[in-house]
Amino acid sequence: MTSPLKMKGAQAIVASLEAEGCDTLFGFPGGVVIPLYDALYDATSLRHILVRHEQGAVHAADGYARATGKVGVCLATSGPGATNLVTGIANAYLDSIPLVAITGQVRADLIGTDAFQEADVTGITLPIVKHSYLVQSAAEIPQVIHEAFHIASTGRPGPVVIDVPVTAELAELTYRRPDGPHLAGYKPTVEGHVKQVRAAARAILEAERPVLYVGGGVISAGAADELRALAELVQVPVTTTLMGLGAVDEREPLALGMLGMHGTVTANYAVHECDLLIGVGVRFDDRVTGKLSAFAPQAKAIIHIDVDPAEIGKNVEPSIPIVGDARYVLAALLAELEKMERPAGRTAAWLQKLEGWKTEYPLHYEQPADGTVAPQFVIEEIERVTGGDAVIVTDVGQHQMWSTLYFHYRFPRQWISSGGLGTMGFGLPAAIGAKLGRPDKTVIDVSGDGGFQMTMQELATAVNYNVPVVVAILNNGYLGMVRQWQDLFWNKRYSFTCIEVQPDFAMLAEAFGAKGMRVSSSGDVGDALREAIDSGRPTVIDFKVAAEENVFPMVPAGQSITEMIGGKAPRKTGGAKP
Amino acid sequence: MKHTLSVLVENKPGVLTRVAGLFARRGFNIESLAVGESEDPRLSRMTITIDGAEHPIDQVTKQLHKLINVVKIRDLDPQHTVTAELMLIKVAAEGDKRTDVLQIAEIFKAKIVDVERRSLMLRVVGAGDKLEALLELLQPIGVLEVTRTGMIAIGRGRG
Repeated sequence: MTSPLKMKGAQAIVASLEAEGCDTLFGFPGGVVIPLYDALYDATSLRHILVRHEQGAVHAADGYARATGKVGVCLATSGPGATNLVTGIANAYLDSIPLVAITGQVRADLIGTDAFQEADVTGITLPIVKHSYLVQSAAEIPQVIHEAFHIASTGRPGPVVIDVPVTAELAELTYRRPDGPHLAGYKPTVEGHVKQVRAAARAILEAERPVLYVGGGVISAGAADELRALAELVQVPVTTTLMGLGAVDEREPLALGMLGMHGTVTANYAVHECDLLIGVGVRFDDRVTGKLSAFAPQAKAIIHIDVDPAEIGKNVEPSIPIVGDARYVLAALLAELEKMERPAGRTAAWLQKLEGWKTEYPLHYEQPADGTVAPQFVIEEIERVTGGDAVIVTDVGQHQMWSTLYFHYRFPRQWISSGGLGTMGFGLPAAIGAKLGRPDKTVIDVSGDGGFQMTMQELATAVNYNVPVVVAILNNGYLGMVRQWQDLFWNKRYSFTCIEVQPDFAMLAEAFGAKGMRVSSSGDVGDALREAIDSGRPTVIDFKVAAEENVFPMVPAGQSITEMIGGKAPRKTGGAKP
Repeated sequence: MKHTLSVLVENKPGVLTRVAGLFARRGFNIESLAVGESEDPRLSRMTITIDGAEHPIDQVTKQLHKLINVVKIRDLDPQHTVTAELMLIKVAAEGDKRTDVLQIAEIFKAKIVDVERRSLMLRVVGAGDKLEALLELLQPIGVLEVTRTGMIAIGRGRG
């Protein structure tokens, strides 16, 4: 630096990240980001985590963001480095996760010449970003990074890509902290329309069978307290989407569990029979609604609260739309309801009916006849051993659905899972990011033997930085969810879903320098989990679970959510959840 | 019903790609799109025509609004909108046909902007239906080449 304010673009990136409060970033070096890595070499308040594959960097940043509520940051070089981020960017986009991805780009004068490691990254990522920048000059770096953080974290959160040519990293600029984002076309609506809020309050007090259907928007807005206060004040039961798990304490009587394809019987029946559906921070996704024309058929009114106006009316036309941040709108709704006269016991009969369904249709599973471990039991043991206080991260597939069903989530950001994109390989790197963001929490990554193998190289990252995540592999030797569909709908033709050759996961973990364990009987599950957590080391536990167990209840794709398979068998063991 | 959207966007690289990409991936068909600098050099104005029967116009405008570079969108009311489109037409015009072309051009207030031995080039400005009518008349004579700018539009009165 020639003077305190003169610096290179690369140094301005570091200074800007620090100014935004970023303390951790996940990355992997390469040719055009050498200047940036040189600047990071001197960074004091910025922790760089070297992953083993760029996909690990973006998922770890995503997991960090989900666990903390802060913006996750990842860094990759041009070309293959940047394209390796694409899956993770799409994942963050579908789940509305605040993420800033910084990618190196070839020299500005070489852009468009098919230069070495050149890829049109802003072009490739265009459909899967909230916004993106191709930096034109070093001077604009502080403003661009400031805007990127603002865009990623406000309104409906999402990923922002900043593509920086190496020439901009090397050029000098005079660093000034931006005086704010200058975005003429970006002003998210925060507060809900007063008249609409009033109309919603009236509808709630008129309803006899209301249901709150809440999703990730409640988590990202930090609206769990307002939600609970509202639900309790007007005695409205709550069902959550996969992204909304943790928005309500599932041990509470008003909680119905998750709805949709693998939702609880009670939640799906409740939505089917409700006379008022109150959607908050949800998008009426096909995995939730099933056959759209048969969704909530008795609802006389649908209230839809969402920060993104484009979600309102996209799949379902609400009678009372409210655009705004879930926390502000729920608080306003609560204030409105507190002022009004509320007839007592209005929903009592409805709640009683729901309690009846909970008793009649509890979750259930049977102990495997072959003496292996029931996968559902592992999830129950995770809850028991951790006292229900652990952060649960998952991969994608059957183990993910069992994790939604057999653990009672209690607080926001406790549940971290790839919802919209359904990205296998998300679990381990996301768990590393989550643990780095929440070192005070036990972090368990529930994974499958299929998904774990997609990003298992990140065990090295966990060992490198001593990030003590516990990976619980529910190993059934199958790509279980696809096998389940083949079982139920494709005449048991298990085409390429049996993983015939597998590594020894415990030995593999040891090879990485992590702790490796294997469990093949139910009696050992709890002790193994306890030992893994107490070890304070990254640990992989290979649970040999029943090979052909299916996830139930299940609504076949495209059918009404009341058309459930396996929801009504009598209760045998386990599964206290509704 | 056909909708004409007047979309004010930031005059920055890549904005047209963002708008076009959005229409493509959401499956909205653009009938025409014209773009150029507005009264403020930092902003460009796009005029987009789209079939509202085919796509819910509400969803189109909401999705457009989500683009950070989109500053303002107006769904123009056809009753209070002036529209125009520019078209260049090259017509085969030898012998007797030349007079026919010149007469038609006169009626449509089209300018002859290029004269060759075997062809004439016409330049005409007007609303879409006028351009269609002109083309229809010239077709039997022999239209060689046509290029159109796409419609541009602006609301009447202030604001």
